[in-house]
Amino acid sequence: MEAGVAITREDVLHVARLARLEIPADQVEEVQGQLSAILEAVGKVSELDLSDVEPTSHPLDVVNAWAEDEPRPSLSREEALANAPDPSEGAFRVPAVGS
Amino acid sequence: MTGWEPVVGLEIHIQLKTQTKMFCRCENVWGEGPNTRTCPVCLAHPGTLPVPNGRAIEWAVKLGLALGCEVAERSVFHRKNYFYPDLPKGYQISQYDEPLCTAGRFAVPGSGGDHEIGIVRAHLEEDAAKTVHVGGKAGRISGAAHSLVDFNRGGTPLVEIVTEPDLHSPEEARRFLQLLRQTVVELGISDAEMEKGSLRCDANVSVRREGEEGLRTKTELKNMNSFKFVGDGIAAEVARQIEVYESGGEVGQETLHFDPASGRISSLRSKEEAHDYRYFPEPDLVPVEPPAALVERMRAEIGELPAARIRRLEGELDFDLSYGLVASGRDELYERVPGERRAVANVVMNQLAATGAHPGRVNAEELGKLIEARDRIPRATFDEALTAAGEPGFTAERYLAEEAVTDASELDPVIERVLAANGSQVAAYRSGKEGLLGFFVGQVMRETQGKANPKVVNERLRERLGA
Repeated sequence: MEAGVAITREDVLHVARLARLEIPADQVEEVQGQLSAILEAVGKVSELDLSDVEPTSHPLDVVNAWAEDEPRPSLSREEALANAPDPSEGAFRVPAVGS
Repeated sequence: MTGWEPVVGLEIHIQLKTQTKMFCRCENVWGEGPNTRTCPVCLAHPGTLPVPNGRAIEWAVKLGLALGCEVAERSVFHRKNYFYPDLPKGYQISQYDEPLCTAGRFAVPGSGGDHEIGIVRAHLEEDAAKTVHVGGKAGRISGAAHSLVDFNRGGTPLVEIVTEPDLHSPEEARRFLQLLRQTVVELGISDAEMEKGSLRCDANVSVRREGEEGLRTKTELKNMNSFKFVGDGIAAEVARQIEVYESGGEVGQETLHFDPASGRISSLRSKEEAHDYRYFPEPDLVPVEPPAALVERMRAEIGELPAARIRRLEGELDFDLSYGLVASGRDELYERVPGERRAVANVVMNQLAATGAHPGRVNAEELGKLIEARDRIPRATFDEALTAAGEPGFTAERYLAEEAVTDASELDPVIERVLAANGSQVAAYRSGKEGLLGFFVGQVMRETQGKANPKVVNERLRERLGA
């Protein structure tokens, strides 16, 4: 997003929905102001001439870190399900999702 | 559908048969008990970090090369964010604007020549977990429907391939997918079985007036799980769109489900409002810059591709046989078997296939002897020999010793019996239903326990019935 583009109320509600966050109606305006301030701060970067700078997706100057395709032991099913609130038939049971 | 041209692009997911998952070293297996191949990484426990599978990267490069793609000098993993119970991290690690392979071309031979299909990209990603829906009205839990999630598949490696909208008939789409599957199987990187879900296909479908430039609104047909359904589903959607336009309507962008049982197409409820995945570079993974040595090593492992082999076989067979042999992976056996090419092709493609014998285990020299003697030995003996052709130590010798009955003095009484017992069919034949000849041949073969020479039986029957 470019600097100076203000966050609208709809933006806040949309992003909140995507993130499954519930923002009480009387706080939307406050969040709107906070998000705008953050964007504005980040937008400072675009005041610089960065045409010679490669985009950085990672702070380390490292590439090609991968592992051999050799199996290691997995958790037991009991361990895997230890934190499941409602296990069933060896699986994580969750509320129905659209099929 | 005269006057209209289908425009189809495919999105294909191929599950790699690596030993371990994409970003952890849990075993990558199919069919084990639920949640027996998981760890803190693929269950998304806090504080865990992904480590890519080197072999998956190699194989994705190999597949990209086989698709004529350019292998990127630099490739980056992204997070694709959405909430669903089969995705414990709340995002899928995938690739976005810097995929591993881009800009390929894959030839689909047809009877009128090759058609090159553009490959937009081939990238690596992790699969979601498997979800089974239970309960509901008829379920154990009164009224409440639930889903059971099995994370064994969660985090296993997938290659996603996206084609240009270059396919112009359901048949061509099906053929593209079959040759792609055969390629993947030969590369040794996936089982690519649609029934098991290790090869999945979605189709983007639109139509336009013949000669029209540009593209109209497309719909997305989801998860067709057999080659036949891919062809049938696209055909049904093409027909639907043409009807919409011809009745003055507009096609709307939507995701559709094809029901092969009814042949009907229905709209799927969108699982995420407007595809807004908020991709951003995965901060836990560093870029992949495939070393030249790795790329060349993969290139050297690729043999002659199916499309090229079809073209080569067309020098001695017609297109359908050439295509059929290659697409079914039977051409390797065909090439090893000596003898008259068309006869060999027909036996390998049809009769031998029907016996279920594995083509790789068949002794080609012995099969050649058998095919050469085909008209001389009894039909039943030939069939019996084919059934045994895939067994270890198979030799043709003992079958070749049996001679079919060609002696008219032995066959004529049988023919007379068959004709006498089937008077009404004889009358029908004589009044023009000549297709019944096969019926009489079959009866004579049955009477002789398959020992008659079919060629002689045909001749004698024709002569006798013509009188």
